[in-house]
Amino acid sequence: MTDALAVGDALPPLSLQVTRAGLVRYAAASGDLNPIHWSDRVAGSVGLPGVIAHGMLTMALAGRLVTSWTGDPSAVVGYGARFTRPVVVPDDDEGVALELTGTVKGIDDAPADDPAAGRVATVLITASVDGKTVLGRATARVRLPA
Amino acid sequence: MAVDRAFVGRAFPPSEPYRVGREKVREFALAVGEGASVCHDLDAARAAGHPDLVAPPTFGVVFTMPLMEALLRDPAFGWDYARMVHGDQAFTLHRPVHAGDELVAVLHVDDLRSRAGSLMLTLRCEVTDTAGAPVLTSTSLMVTAEAPDVPAAEPAASGVPA
Repeated sequence: MTDALAVGDALPPLSLQVTRAGLVRYAAASGDLNPIHWSDRVAGSVGLPGVIAHGMLTMALAGRLVTSWTGDPSAVVGYGARFTRPVVVPDDDEGVALELTGTVKGIDDAPADDPAAGRVATVLITASVDGKTVLGRATARVRLPA
Repeated sequence: MAVDRAFVGRAFPPSEPYRVGREKVREFALAVGEGASVCHDLDAARAAGHPDLVAPPTFGVVFTMPLMEALLRDPAFGWDYARMVHGDQAFTLHRPVHAGDELVAVLHVDDLRSRAGSLMLTLRCEVTDTAGAPVLTSTSLMVTAEAPDVPAAEPAASGVPA
């Protein structure tokens, strides 16, 4: 994947379905039991159009664009995102599609004092639902194979 | 109830060690759909040079969020938890988190700003192993209404309720 990697290269896009069942599973796994992620009643009471995905779930799913590209989650050395738009997840079996694309924004050489550390690519991820971005400045730094 | 700005600059005592469970790593990986073999298959993880299963990159939220929640729900801090949104999140991974790790987190209150009726709080968790070697740094921006008792304008910062 990285033999001739260059700045500007696009990562293979990914489309992931976010479902109510997925929110419940993430709530349990993460310990984030906020009812706005599983109760329409509570979500509506705070002005949301319905149950929304955990921002941290959306961020984790978007990170899979990079981990599926490298095949190695342990290569991620940094990852950040802004939560710019809620992902509303309907109460049906299909859920909502999270569309992920990414571009290599930079490639840093290994530090001179630690050549074994390898090069690090900076990837800008775009995550969108219905054509609207839901994360801002989602950026992962990933170590490249030597 | 106003937020207590005396908390800014404070670092809390180290958390109790959090032991990263092998099944917790698998459960979290499944929940975020991370299918990489190093997150599920012990032999694959060891063959790749890891001591045990590798946790997905955002796994740190599992044990750092409760520390942040404890502060954000502390009446003495005066934070409007009900109207809070998570503005942004960043992880720096000094090394991968592995099953079997015992991790200690120190919560730092780095910054608190007011902007257009919103309060923007920067929290940082420095996570180390029990010997003090750095494992990860988590930085979170939390946003809430500045004055719960005053009719607020639309929140200045966008974000997702945490």
